[in-house]
Amino acid sequence: MIRFLSRRLAYMALTLLLVSLVSFVIIQAAPGDYAEIFAAQKAATGAIITLADIEAMRIELGLDQPWYVQYGRWLAGALHGDFGYSWAWRRPVGEVIAERMPLTLTIAFATLIFMYAVSIPVGIYSAVRRYSFGDYAFSIAGYLGLAIPNFLLALVLLYISQQYFHQSVGGLFSPGYENAAWSWAKVQDLLAHLIVPVVVLGTSGTAFLTRAMRAAVLDELNKMYVLSARASGLSPMQLLLRYPVRMALNPIASTLGWRLTYVISGAPIVGYVLALPDTGPLFLNALLNQDMLLAGALIFIFCALTIIGTFVSDLLLVLLDPRIRLE
Amino acid sequence: MSALAEIPVLSVNQLSIAVDNDGTPVPITDDVSFTIGRGEVLALVGESGSGKSVTALALMQLLGAGLRIARGEIVFETHDGFRTDVVRLGAKGKAIEALRGARMGMIFQEPMSSFSPIHTIGAQIAEVVQVHEKVGRAAARARAAELLGKVGIPDPVGALDRYPTEFSGGMRQRAMIARALICKPSLLIADEPTTALDVTIQGQILQLLRSLKREFGMSILFITHDLGIVAQMADRVAIMYSGRIVESGPVRDIFRHPVHPYTRALLDAVPRLGDIDRGRRIQPIAGAMPNIFDAPSGCRFHPRCPVRDMPRCAEKLPPRAEVEKHFVECIHGERELAK
Repeated sequence: MIRFLSRRLAYMALTLLLVSLVSFVIIQAAPGDYAEIFAAQKAATGAIITLADIEAMRIELGLDQPWYVQYGRWLAGALHGDFGYSWAWRRPVGEVIAERMPLTLTIAFATLIFMYAVSIPVGIYSAVRRYSFGDYAFSIAGYLGLAIPNFLLALVLLYISQQYFHQSVGGLFSPGYENAAWSWAKVQDLLAHLIVPVVVLGTSGTAFLTRAMRAAVLDELNKMYVLSARASGLSPMQLLLRYPVRMALNPIASTLGWRLTYVISGAPIVGYVLALPDTGPLFLNALLNQDMLLAGALIFIFCALTIIGTFVSDLLLVLLDPRIRLE
Repeated sequence: MSALAEIPVLSVNQLSIAVDNDGTPVPITDDVSFTIGRGEVLALVGESGSGKSVTALALMQLLGAGLRIARGEIVFETHDGFRTDVVRLGAKGKAIEALRGARMGMIFQEPMSSFSPIHTIGAQIAEVVQVHEKVGRAAARARAAELLGKVGIPDPVGALDRYPTEFSGGMRQRAMIARALICKPSLLIADEPTTALDVTIQGQILQLLRSLKREFGMSILFITHDLGIVAQMADRVAIMYSGRIVESGPVRDIFRHPVHPYTRALLDAVPRLGDIDRGRRIQPIAGAMPNIFDAPSGCRFHPRCPVRDMPRCAEKLPPRAEVEKHFVECIHGERELAK
């Protein structure tokens, strides 16, 4: 068990290192370096910058060093939360991200909870009542959910909630609450605003997980141990929850890692459409503005979250399945 | 042996099981009747597809989707005065659930897959007690440990917290037996319980079942295709062919004096010690068992029968002949039994 965990942890550290390298490469891939961009900006304001100035700045920032030295510095900084300076925001990258990360995480976790809370019961129902009216209805809803692009769903939901519920959907708070102190009313307001982004981000994942859960339960229902449990006198409900559902949770739990990736990578466009003050629009703008230190830092953090998600799903599997523990 | 009691623990009368084939029911067992006395072991013998396993499942109303009992009764009566017709109980609800695992136990061919791999052996055995009796977790676990000890599992208390993957096939079948017997059922249905095991383990499991039968005073319906096991285990035997019981009777009578040509052919197909020295070869039965969707008319064995009397055998079912509890369904039955 301890060996398993330490091995996983080691893999995780290794993957993070590789991801940081990729992030750094992406940062470096943009044409020009920080000094040139800085110079171009200064020049635009009318200041006179000489080549010697740029060169001096390069030396000062360490941009004349070989790439691995730069990478080492960047990585050392990143580990302390110092991702450099965003010239678009004129603030440290870490600060800009820290402002918006909690919201991104809130939405991501709310979406994950939504996906699992809906797909597991619906998947079980569809498997047990296979080919019933309900199963078909959920299947159709599921295929629609898979087929509709996120941004379109976001626009439709925006329209519906604006038109019929008189709810402002852009952003996370109604205008009055934005700067108010935390209160129950503010939490309710936040939850009401979370519904649309969560549904938009979670629909296709939910549809996918429902299909997966249905298939997994159907698979288990035909297993010999189900017959032998029935022969022992368990009622259908006791049996269902105790064995097939419990077994079917394993493949579902194992996909948690890439569900998280999916939610986080789907977030920028949705966040943009819904005007959410989270890291989504931040990331998109960073790429558009070639604010590469900010973009690289976000890529690194997103990847790190995914790797952590995978680790968590490995841990869940260990808890759920003794066969893994025993190995 | 079979005079242990007058009233049989189980009497199956004219049981027909049908499979639904696009709306039309096709019988897969037809007019199956047999009884099992108290403390008796009845072996139900047949090839794959003869309908023996389906019959076993029907006894506990465990038929799979598409299969149903079309006709007949399954009267189950235990020494404490409990009496019911399992067919009437239906496949769902409290009444049949209270019967399964408590008054009738069942063990299966595949000890590997008969347990959930992610629950402990102890939890899966103790659960049966908790489903049927008002006992606490600790008491149920103690009972499970006691039973694991009885079926010969070393360190039964420690075994409670182990997983099926940590057990060998033979150990798992022993645990399965413990699970089936923990509520002291009057009837144990054993569906080819040793088929998936090594020969040496097979012998141990049979030995165990014999001693548990004596200890628990239960009856056993033993489903098998292995005539060697029949000789070791059973008091009586019923031979099934294409959904019908073609011959039944005490094991000695059937083995010494088989009457139905199918039974004879089965016995000729058993290898014996010294066969090679005597220049004897195993006699395979020519042809194959008919498909249930295309069953032959009259006696279902007639296309393969060496002693058929055409066209009589193809016209209608042969009559049932009986001499001293030895039943045969063959037109030559009466004459042969009289010999």
